Amino acid sequence: MTDHSYNFAYLDEQTKRMIRRAILKAVAVPGYQVPFASREMPMPYGWGTGGVQVTAACLVPEDVLKVIDQGADDTTNAVSIRKFFQRTAGVATTVATAEATVIQTRHRIPEQPLTAGQILVYQVPIPEPLRFLEPRETETRKMHALEEYGLMHVKLYEDIARHGSIATAYAYPVRVEGRYVMDPSPIPKFDNPKLSDSPALQLFGAGREQRIYALPPFTRVVSLDFEDHSFHASKAPHDCDLCGASESYLDEVITDDAGNRMFVCSDTDFCRTRREAGHVGRLGKTAGGGA
Amino acid sequence: MTPDALTGGFPDAPRNAARAFRAILDALSRPGEIVTLSGATPPAPLSQAAGVLVLTLADSTTPVHLAGATDCPALRDWITFHTGAPLVGAADAAFAIGRWDDLQPVSRFAVGTQDYPDRSATLIVEMPGLAASGSALSGPGIAGTALLSLPETEAFLLNNSLFPLGYDCFFTQGDSLAGLPRSTQVRAV
Repeated sequence: MTDHSYNFAYLDEQTKRMIRRAILKAVAVPGYQVPFASREMPMPYGWGTGGVQVTAACLVPEDVLKVIDQGADDTTNAVSIRKFFQRTAGVATTVATAEATVIQTRHRIPEQPLTAGQILVYQVPIPEPLRFLEPRETETRKMHALEEYGLMHVKLYEDIARHGSIATAYAYPVRVEGRYVMDPSPIPKFDNPKLSDSPALQLFGAGREQRIYALPPFTRVVSLDFEDHSFHASKAPHDCDLCGASESYLDEVITDDAGNRMFVCSDTDFCRTRREAGHVGRLGKTAGGGA
Repeated sequence: MTPDALTGGFPDAPRNAARAFRAILDALSRPGEIVTLSGATPPAPLSQAAGVLVLTLADSTTPVHLAGATDCPALRDWITFHTGAPLVGAADAAFAIGRWDDLQPVSRFAVGTQDYPDRSATLIVEMPGLAASGSALSGPGIAGTALLSLPETEAFLLNNSLFPLGYDCFFTQGDSLAGLPRSTQVRAV
Protein backbone atom coordinates (compact mmCIF):
# COMPACT_ATOMS: atom_id res chain seq x y z
CA MET A 1 0.00 0.00 0.00
CA THR A 2 1.59 3.26 -1.08
CA ASP A 3 0.83 6.48 0.67
CA HIS A 4 0.12 8.81 -2.25
CA SER A 5 0.84 11.96 -0.29
CA TYR A 6 4.54 11.16 -0.77
CA ASN A 7 6.68 11.10 -3.88
CA PHE A 8 7.90 7.61 -4.80
CA ALA A 9 10.41 6.56 -2.12
CA TYR A 10 9.78 9.74 -0.10
CA LEU A 11 12.58 11.96 -1.44
CA ASP A 12 11.93 14.59 -4.11
CA GLU A 13 13.44 14.04 -7.55
CA GLN A 14 16.06 16.78 -7.26
CA THR A 15 17.39 15.18 -4.08
CA LYS A 16 17.40 11.72 -5.60
CA ARG A 17 19.36 12.97 -8.63
CA MET A 18 21.96 14.50 -6.30
CA ILE A 19 22.26 11.26 -4.30
CA ARG A 20 22.35 9.16 -7.47
CA ARG A 21 25.22 11.22 -8.89
CA ALA A 22 27.10 10.77 -5.60
CA ILE A 23 26.51 7.00 -5.70
CA LEU A 24 27.90 6.79 -9.24
CA LYS A 25 31.03 8.71 -8.20
CA ALA A 26 31.39 6.39 -5.23
CA VAL A 27 31.20 3.36 -7.52
CA ALA A 28 33.79 4.89 -9.86
CA VAL A 29 36.25 5.51 -7.01
CA PRO A 30 35.80 2.52 -4.67
CA GLY A 31 36.40 3.37 -1.02
CA TYR A 32 36.46 7.14 -1.51
CA GLN A 33 33.90 9.03 0.58
CA VAL A 34 31.84 11.23 -1.72
CA PRO A 35 30.30 14.26 0.00
CA PHE A 36 26.57 14.66 -0.54
CA ALA A 37 23.91 17.08 0.67
CA SER A 38 22.24 14.80 3.20
CA ARG A 39 18.63 15.68 3.93
CA GLU A 40 16.58 15.77 7.08
CA MET A 41 14.72 12.49 7.22
CA PRO A 42 11.68 11.69 9.34
CA MET A 43 13.88 9.83 11.81
CA PRO A 44 16.74 10.95 14.03
CA TYR A 45 20.37 10.95 12.94
CA GLY A 46 21.91 7.71 14.11
CA TRP A 47 18.87 5.74 13.01
CA GLY A 48 20.12 5.12 9.52
CA THR A 49 19.31 8.34 7.69
CA GLY A 50 22.27 7.80 5.35
CA GLY A 51 21.27 4.26 4.52
CA VAL A 52 17.66 5.31 4.06
CA GLN A 53 18.63 8.03 1.59
CA VAL A 54 20.81 5.66 -0.42
CA THR A 55 18.05 3.04 -0.42
CA ALA A 56 15.47 5.64 -1.48
CA ALA A 57 17.67 6.69 -4.40
CA CYS A 58 18.16 3.08 -5.54
CA LEU A 59 14.71 1.56 -5.09
CA VAL A 60 12.53 0.66 -8.07
CA PRO A 61 8.86 -0.33 -7.68
CA GLU A 62 9.72 -3.97 -8.46
CA ASP A 63 12.25 -4.29 -5.61
CA VAL A 64 11.94 -6.69 -2.69
CA LEU A 65 13.39 -4.96 0.36
CA LYS A 66 14.93 -6.54 3.46
CA VAL A 67 16.05 -4.43 6.42
CA ILE A 68 18.20 -5.76 9.23
CA ASP A 69 19.55 -4.25 12.41
CA GLN A 70 22.51 -6.22 13.85
CA GLY A 71 21.31 -9.15 11.75
CA ALA A 72 17.74 -9.06 13.07
CA ASP A 73 14.66 -8.33 10.95
CA ASP A 74 12.42 -7.69 13.94
CA THR A 75 14.13 -4.93 15.92
CA THR A 76 12.76 -1.38 16.11
CA ASN A 77 15.14 0.20 13.61
CA ALA A 78 14.61 -2.53 11.02
CA VAL A 79 10.84 -2.61 11.45
CA SER A 80 10.42 1.14 11.19
CA ILE A 81 12.61 1.51 8.10
CA ARG A 82 10.86 -1.42 6.41
CA LYS A 83 7.46 0.16 7.14
CA PHE A 84 8.74 3.53 5.93
CA PHE A 85 9.49 2.13 2.47
CA GLN A 86 6.32 0.03 2.39
CA ARG A 87 4.38 3.25 2.87
CA THR A 88 6.35 5.63 0.69
CA ALA A 89 7.56 3.35 -2.14
CA GLY A 90 5.03 0.54 -2.04
CA VAL A 91 7.78 -2.05 -2.46
CA ALA A 92 7.44 -5.66 -1.38
CA THR A 93 9.41 -6.64 1.72
CA THR A 94 10.88 -9.89 2.92
CA VAL A 95 12.97 -11.32 5.72
CA ALA A 96 14.54 -13.97 3.48
CA THR A 97 18.02 -12.92 2.37
CA ALA A 98 17.82 -14.88 -0.89
CA GLU A 99 14.55 -13.23 -1.95
CA ALA A 100 15.67 -9.65 -1.36
CA THR A 101 16.95 -7.43 -4.17
CA VAL A 102 17.90 -4.56 -1.85
CA ILE A 103 19.05 -5.17 1.73
CA GLN A 104 19.56 -2.26 4.08
CA THR A 105 21.71 -3.21 7.02
CA ARG A 106 22.88 -1.81 10.29
CA HIS A 107 26.16 -3.39 11.39
CA ARG A 108 25.96 -6.88 9.87
CA ILE A 109 26.41 -8.70 6.58
CA PRO A 110 23.90 -11.55 6.20
CA GLU A 111 25.32 -15.05 6.75
CA GLN A 112 23.91 -16.34 3.48
CA PRO A 113 26.25 -15.37 0.63
CA LEU A 114 24.91 -12.50 -1.45
CA THR A 115 24.34 -12.88 -5.17
CA ALA A 116 24.79 -10.75 -8.28
CA GLY A 117 21.96 -8.29 -8.69
CA GLN A 118 21.57 -7.71 -4.95
CA ILE A 119 22.46 -4.37 -3.39
CA LEU A 120 23.58 -4.19 0.23
CA VAL A 121 23.11 -0.71 1.76
CA TYR A 122 25.00 -0.03 4.99
CA GLN A 123 24.03 2.53 7.61
CA VAL A 124 27.24 4.28 8.62
CA PRO A 125 27.70 6.41 11.75
CA ILE A 126 31.31 7.64 11.26
CA PRO A 127 32.52 7.06 7.68
CA GLU A 128 36.03 8.40 8.25
CA PRO A 129 38.33 5.59 9.44
CA LEU A 130 40.95 8.13 10.52
CA ARG A 131 38.54 10.37 12.44
CA PHE A 132 39.39 9.16 15.96
CA LEU A 133 43.08 9.51 15.14
CA GLU A 134 42.82 12.91 13.48
CA PRO A 135 39.71 15.01 14.20
CA ARG A 136 40.30 17.62 11.47
CA GLU A 137 38.49 16.92 8.21
CA THR A 138 41.01 19.06 6.28
CA GLU A 139 43.81 16.78 7.53
CA THR A 140 42.09 13.43 6.97
CA ARG A 141 41.18 14.53 3.46
CA LYS A 142 44.85 15.32 2.81
CA MET A 143 45.88 11.98 4.33
CA HIS A 144 43.58 10.13 1.93
CA ALA A 145 44.85 12.22 -1.00
CA LEU A 146 48.47 11.38 -0.14
CA GLU A 147 47.73 7.76 0.87
CA GLU A 148 49.23 8.64 4.24
CA TYR A 149 47.86 5.78 6.28
CA GLY A 150 50.76 5.20 8.66
CA LEU A 151 48.71 6.50 11.58
CA MET A 152 46.20 3.68 11.17
CA HIS A 153 48.95 1.10 11.41
CA VAL A 154 50.27 2.87 14.51
CA LYS A 155 46.83 2.48 16.07
CA LEU A 156 46.73 -1.23 15.27
CA TYR A 157 50.30 -1.59 16.54
CA GLU A 158 49.34 0.10 19.83
CA ASP A 159 46.58 -2.49 20.16
CA ILE A 160 49.19 -5.21 19.88
CA ALA A 161 51.56 -3.46 22.30
CA ARG A 162 48.80 -3.08 24.89
CA HIS A 163 46.70 -6.22 24.43
CA GLY A 164 49.02 -8.64 22.67
CA SER A 165 46.80 -8.75 19.62
CA ILE A 166 44.75 -6.37 17.48
CA ALA A 167 41.84 -5.66 19.84
CA THR A 168 39.71 -3.81 17.29
CA ALA A 169 36.65 -6.05 17.03
CA TYR A 170 34.28 -4.01 14.86
CA ALA A 171 34.57 -1.21 12.28
CA TYR A 172 37.89 -2.89 11.46
CA PRO A 173 39.65 -0.77 8.81
CA VAL A 174 40.13 -2.15 5.31
CA ARG A 175 42.09 -1.14 2.23
CA VAL A 176 40.14 -1.08 -1.03
CA GLU A 177 41.91 -2.15 -4.23
CA GLY A 178 45.23 -1.12 -2.69
CA ARG A 179 44.19 2.54 -2.54
CA TYR A 180 41.70 3.98 -0.05
CA VAL A 181 41.51 2.94 3.59
CA MET A 182 37.83 2.57 4.37
CA ASP A 183 35.63 2.13 7.43
CA PRO A 184 33.36 -0.85 6.69
CA SER A 185 30.82 0.60 9.20
CA PRO A 186 30.61 -1.04 12.64
CA ILE A 187 30.22 -4.59 11.31
CA PRO A 188 32.03 -7.19 13.44
CA LYS A 189 35.43 -8.03 11.97
CA PHE A 190 33.98 -11.52 11.53
CA ASP A 191 32.13 -10.04 8.52
CA ASN A 192 35.18 -8.34 6.96
CA PRO A 193 36.13 -11.23 4.63
CA LYS A 194 32.64 -11.03 3.08
CA LEU A 195 33.37 -7.47 1.90
CA SER A 196 35.93 -8.67 -0.61
CA ASP A 197 35.03 -10.06 -4.01
CA SER A 198 31.30 -10.08 -3.28
CA PRO A 199 29.05 -10.56 -6.32
CA ALA A 200 26.68 -7.95 -4.81
CA LEU A 201 27.06 -4.17 -4.98
CA GLN A 202 27.74 -2.64 -1.56
CA LEU A 203 26.78 0.98 -0.86
CA PHE A 204 27.50 2.91 2.34
CA GLY A 205 25.49 5.93 3.47
CA ALA A 206 26.37 8.24 6.37
CA GLY A 207 23.55 10.75 6.88
CA ARG A 208 24.83 12.97 9.65
CA GLU A 209 28.36 12.96 8.22
CA GLN A 210 27.05 13.47 4.66
CA ARG A 211 29.16 10.86 2.92
CA ILE A 212 28.43 8.05 0.47
CA TYR A 213 30.95 5.38 -0.52
CA ALA A 214 30.80 2.10 -2.35
CA LEU A 215 32.33 -1.25 -3.13
CA PRO A 216 31.43 -2.44 -6.63
CA PRO A 217 31.03 -6.20 -7.05
CA PHE A 218 34.29 -8.18 -7.20
CA THR A 219 36.32 -5.47 -5.52
CA ARG A 220 39.43 -6.49 -3.63
CA VAL A 221 39.11 -5.51 0.03
CA VAL A 222 41.91 -6.30 2.48
CA SER A 223 41.67 -5.97 6.27
CA LEU A 224 44.73 -4.11 7.55
CA ASP A 225 47.18 -6.22 9.53
CA PHE A 226 50.85 -7.03 10.04
CA GLU A 227 52.94 -9.90 8.71
CA ASP A 228 53.46 -11.28 12.22
CA HIS A 229 49.98 -10.36 13.51
CA SER A 230 47.65 -11.29 10.71
CA PHE A 231 43.97 -10.44 10.54
CA HIS A 232 41.70 -12.95 12.24
CA ALA A 233 37.90 -12.92 11.73
CA SER A 234 36.88 -13.77 15.27
CA LYS A 235 33.58 -14.79 16.83
CA ALA A 236 32.42 -16.14 20.17
CA PRO A 237 33.77 -19.72 20.54
CA HIS A 238 30.35 -21.34 20.82
CA ASP A 239 27.61 -22.87 18.72
CA CYS A 240 24.23 -21.18 18.38
CA ASP A 241 22.04 -22.33 21.29
CA LEU A 242 18.92 -22.31 19.14
CA CYS A 243 20.02 -23.76 15.79
CA GLY A 244 23.40 -25.25 16.61
CA ALA A 245 25.25 -23.39 13.86
CA SER A 246 28.98 -23.31 14.46
CA GLU A 247 29.95 -20.97 11.64
CA SER A 248 27.62 -18.00 12.23
CA TYR A 249 28.22 -14.79 14.17
CA LEU A 250 26.70 -14.97 17.65
CA ASP A 251 25.02 -12.56 20.05
CA GLU A 252 25.45 -13.17 23.75
CA VAL A 253 22.14 -12.93 25.61
CA ILE A 254 21.94 -12.78 29.40
CA THR A 255 18.97 -14.89 30.43
CA ASP A 256 18.59 -14.36 34.20
CA ASP A 257 20.09 -12.72 37.31
CA ALA A 258 22.17 -15.79 38.10
CA GLY A 259 24.65 -15.13 35.32
CA ASN A 260 23.27 -17.63 32.86
CA ARG A 261 23.63 -16.73 29.25
CA MET A 262 23.00 -18.09 25.82
CA PHE A 263 24.59 -17.55 22.44
CA VAL A 264 22.31 -17.14 19.43
CA CYS A 265 22.85 -16.31 15.76
CA SER A 266 22.77 -12.58 15.22
CA ASP A 267 21.27 -13.24 11.76
CA THR A 268 17.65 -14.10 12.63
CA ASP A 269 16.74 -15.22 9.10
CA PHE A 270 19.72 -17.60 9.01
CA CYS A 271 18.81 -19.05 12.41
CA ARG A 272 15.10 -19.42 11.57
CA THR A 273 15.87 -21.10 8.24
CA ARG A 274 18.16 -23.58 9.98
CA ARG A 275 15.63 -24.39 12.70
CA GLU A 276 12.92 -24.87 10.09
CA ALA A 277 15.26 -27.31 8.40
CA GLY A 278 15.40 -29.30 11.64
CA HIS A 279 18.66 -28.09 13.22
CA VAL A 280 18.43 -27.81 16.99
CA GLY A 281 20.92 -26.21 19.38
CA ARG A 282 21.64 -26.69 23.10
CA LEU A 283 18.58 -24.75 24.31
CA GLY A 284 16.43 -24.87 21.21
CA LYS A 285 13.34 -26.79 20.34
CA THR A 286 12.34 -27.40 16.74
CA ALA A 287 10.77 -24.40 15.02
CA GLY A 288 7.27 -25.87 15.30
CA GLY A 289 7.44 -26.08 19.09
CA GLY A 290 8.82 -22.56 19.55
CA ALA A 291 12.17 -21.77 21.08
CA MET B 1 12.16 27.28 -28.42
CA THR B 2 11.16 24.49 -30.81
CA PRO B 3 7.79 22.95 -29.89
CA ASP B 4 9.34 19.48 -30.00
CA ALA B 5 11.43 20.44 -27.00
CA LEU B 6 8.38 20.15 -24.76
CA THR B 7 7.76 16.50 -25.58
CA GLY B 8 9.73 13.31 -25.08
CA GLY B 9 10.33 13.61 -21.33
CA PHE B 10 9.53 11.04 -18.64
CA PRO B 11 5.76 10.41 -18.46
CA ASP B 12 6.14 9.25 -14.84
CA ALA B 13 9.37 10.86 -13.67
CA PRO B 14 9.84 9.22 -10.22
CA ARG B 15 9.40 5.66 -11.53
CA ASN B 16 11.02 6.18 -14.95
CA ALA B 17 14.04 7.79 -13.32
CA ALA B 18 14.24 5.09 -10.63
CA ARG B 19 14.30 2.26 -13.16
CA ALA B 20 16.74 4.14 -15.38
CA PHE B 21 19.08 4.83 -12.48
CA ARG B 22 19.15 1.19 -11.43
CA ALA B 23 20.14 0.22 -14.97
CA ILE B 24 22.80 2.96 -15.04
CA LEU B 25 24.11 1.89 -11.62
CA ASP B 26 24.28 -1.70 -12.87
CA ALA B 27 26.20 -0.62 -15.95
CA LEU B 28 28.77 1.44 -14.02
CA SER B 29 29.24 -1.08 -11.21
CA ARG B 30 29.67 -3.92 -13.74
CA PRO B 31 31.78 -2.47 -16.57
CA GLY B 32 31.19 -4.32 -19.81
CA GLU B 33 27.56 -5.10 -19.02
CA ILE B 34 25.18 -3.59 -21.57
CA VAL B 35 21.83 -2.43 -20.18
CA THR B 36 18.68 -1.05 -21.82
CA LEU B 37 17.24 2.36 -20.95
CA SER B 38 13.73 3.46 -21.81
CA GLY B 39 11.09 6.00 -20.80
CA ALA B 40 12.08 9.09 -22.78
CA THR B 41 12.40 10.02 -26.46
CA PRO B 42 14.96 12.78 -27.03
CA PRO B 43 15.15 14.61 -30.38
CA ALA B 44 17.73 13.55 -32.97
CA PRO B 45 20.66 13.14 -32.97
CA LEU B 46 20.62 12.05 -29.31
CA SER B 47 20.13 8.32 -28.68
CA GLN B 48 17.34 7.17 -26.40
CA ALA B 49 19.83 5.83 -23.86
CA ALA B 50 21.73 9.12 -23.71
CA GLY B 51 18.46 11.04 -23.42
CA VAL B 52 17.23 8.90 -20.53
CA LEU B 53 20.62 9.21 -18.82
CA VAL B 54 20.49 13.01 -19.07
CA LEU B 55 16.94 13.18 -17.69
CA THR B 56 17.89 10.84 -14.83
CA LEU B 57 21.08 12.59 -13.70
CA ALA B 58 21.23 16.18 -14.99
CA ASP B 59 19.57 19.20 -13.44
CA SER B 60 20.22 22.89 -12.81
CA THR B 61 23.28 22.04 -10.68
CA THR B 62 25.09 20.01 -13.38
CA PRO B 63 26.58 21.94 -16.31
CA VAL B 64 26.27 20.01 -19.57
CA HIS B 65 28.58 20.29 -22.58
CA LEU B 66 27.26 19.38 -26.02
CA ALA B 67 29.95 18.39 -28.52
CA GLY B 68 29.76 18.06 -32.29
CA ALA B 69 26.39 17.32 -33.86
CA THR B 70 24.63 17.17 -30.49
CA ASP B 71 25.16 20.92 -30.15
CA CYS B 72 22.01 21.76 -32.15
CA PRO B 73 19.00 23.98 -31.28
CA ALA B 74 16.59 21.04 -30.91
CA LEU B 75 18.75 19.34 -28.32
CA ARG B 76 19.79 22.51 -26.52
CA ASP B 77 16.11 23.38 -26.09
CA TRP B 78 15.15 19.86 -25.04
CA ILE B 79 17.82 19.59 -22.35
CA THR B 80 17.16 23.11 -21.11
CA PHE B 81 13.39 22.55 -20.89
CA HIS B 82 13.49 19.12 -19.26
CA THR B 83 16.47 19.45 -16.94
CA GLY B 84 17.32 23.14 -16.57
CA ALA B 85 20.99 22.21 -16.90
CA PRO B 86 23.23 25.10 -17.97
CA LEU B 87 25.02 24.46 -21.28
CA VAL B 88 28.72 25.20 -20.96
CA GLY B 89 32.17 24.70 -22.46
CA ALA B 90 34.09 21.47 -22.01
CA ALA B 91 36.24 22.57 -19.08
CA ASP B 92 33.24 23.38 -16.85
CA ALA B 93 31.11 20.38 -17.73
CA ALA B 94 29.77 17.83 -15.25
CA PHE B 95 28.38 15.88 -18.20
CA ALA B 96 29.62 16.01 -21.78
CA ILE B 97 27.71 14.46 -24.67
CA GLY B 98 28.93 13.63 -28.14
CA ARG B 99 30.64 11.13 -30.40
CA TRP B 100 34.13 10.12 -29.30
CA ASP B 101 35.77 12.14 -32.10
CA ASP B 102 33.74 15.21 -31.20
CA LEU B 103 34.77 14.99 -27.54
CA GLN B 104 38.48 15.19 -28.43
CA PRO B 105 40.71 16.24 -26.89
CA VAL B 106 39.35 14.56 -23.74
CA SER B 107 42.10 16.21 -21.70
CA ARG B 108 39.78 19.26 -21.62
CA PHE B 109 37.45 17.59 -19.14
CA ALA B 110 37.63 17.84 -15.37
CA VAL B 111 39.31 14.86 -13.66
CA GLY B 112 38.80 16.02 -10.07
CA THR B 113 41.46 16.96 -7.54
CA GLN B 114 43.51 14.81 -5.17
CA ASP B 115 41.32 16.03 -2.30
CA TYR B 116 38.05 15.70 -4.23
CA PRO B 117 38.37 13.14 -7.03
CA ASP B 118 34.56 13.23 -7.34
CA ARG B 119 34.73 16.70 -8.89
CA SER B 120 35.18 15.20 -12.31
CA ALA B 121 33.28 15.03 -15.59
CA THR B 122 31.18 12.17 -16.88
CA LEU B 123 31.36 11.62 -20.64
CA ILE B 124 28.34 10.31 -22.50
CA VAL B 125 29.80 8.89 -25.68
CA GLU B 126 27.43 8.23 -28.58
CA MET B 127 28.60 5.12 -30.42
CA PRO B 128 27.87 3.66 -33.85
CA GLY B 129 27.57 0.25 -32.17
CA LEU B 130 27.92 -1.33 -28.77
CA ALA B 131 28.89 -4.94 -28.24
CA ALA B 132 30.58 -7.24 -25.74
CA SER B 133 33.69 -7.56 -27.86
CA GLY B 134 36.89 -5.64 -28.52
CA SER B 135 38.90 -4.29 -25.60
CA ALA B 136 39.38 -6.38 -22.45
CA LEU B 137 38.32 -4.77 -19.19
CA SER B 138 39.37 -5.73 -15.67
CA GLY B 139 39.18 -4.21 -12.23
CA PRO B 140 36.45 -3.44 -9.68
CA GLY B 141 33.03 -4.69 -10.78
CA ILE B 142 34.44 -7.37 -13.08
CA ALA B 143 34.97 -11.03 -12.24
CA GLY B 144 38.06 -11.84 -14.32
CA THR B 145 37.74 -9.91 -17.56
CA ALA B 146 34.91 -8.45 -19.62
CA LEU B 147 34.86 -7.30 -23.23
CA LEU B 148 33.48 -4.02 -24.55
CA SER B 149 33.70 -2.31 -27.94
CA LEU B 150 35.53 0.87 -26.91
CA PRO B 151 36.35 3.57 -29.47
CA GLU B 152 40.05 3.21 -28.53
CA THR B 153 42.19 1.98 -25.65
CA GLU B 154 44.99 4.54 -25.38
CA ALA B 155 42.85 7.30 -23.83
CA PHE B 156 41.30 4.97 -21.27
CA LEU B 157 44.69 3.58 -20.28
CA LEU B 158 45.85 7.11 -19.64
CA ASN B 159 42.64 7.93 -17.75
CA ASN B 160 43.04 4.85 -15.53
CA SER B 161 46.64 5.79 -14.78
CA LEU B 162 45.35 9.00 -13.15
CA PHE B 163 43.27 7.02 -10.63
CA PRO B 164 41.69 8.11 -8.28
CA LEU B 165 41.40 11.08 -10.63
CA GLY B 166 39.88 10.72 -14.06
CA TYR B 167 36.61 11.01 -15.94
CA ASP B 168 33.96 8.31 -16.09
CA CYS B 169 32.29 7.24 -19.33
CA PHE B 170 28.96 5.95 -20.48
CA PHE B 171 28.71 4.58 -24.00
CA THR B 172 25.31 4.80 -25.64
CA GLN B 173 23.76 3.52 -28.84
CA GLY B 174 20.01 3.34 -29.44
CA ASP B 175 18.53 2.21 -26.14
CA SER B 176 21.75 0.46 -25.01
CA LEU B 177 24.20 1.77 -22.45
CA ALA B 178 27.49 0.54 -21.01
CA GLY B 179 29.62 2.09 -18.29
CA LEU B 180 33.37 2.54 -17.94
CA PRO B 181 34.47 4.02 -14.61
CA ARG B 182 37.99 5.42 -14.23
CA SER B 183 38.86 2.40 -12.07
CA THR B 184 38.70 -0.03 -15.00
CA GLN B 185 41.93 -1.26 -16.57
CA VAL B 186 41.66 -1.46 -20.35
CA ARG B 187 43.70 -3.69 -22.61
CA ALA B 188 43.60 -4.02 -26.40
CA VAL B 189 43.08 -7.59 -27.59
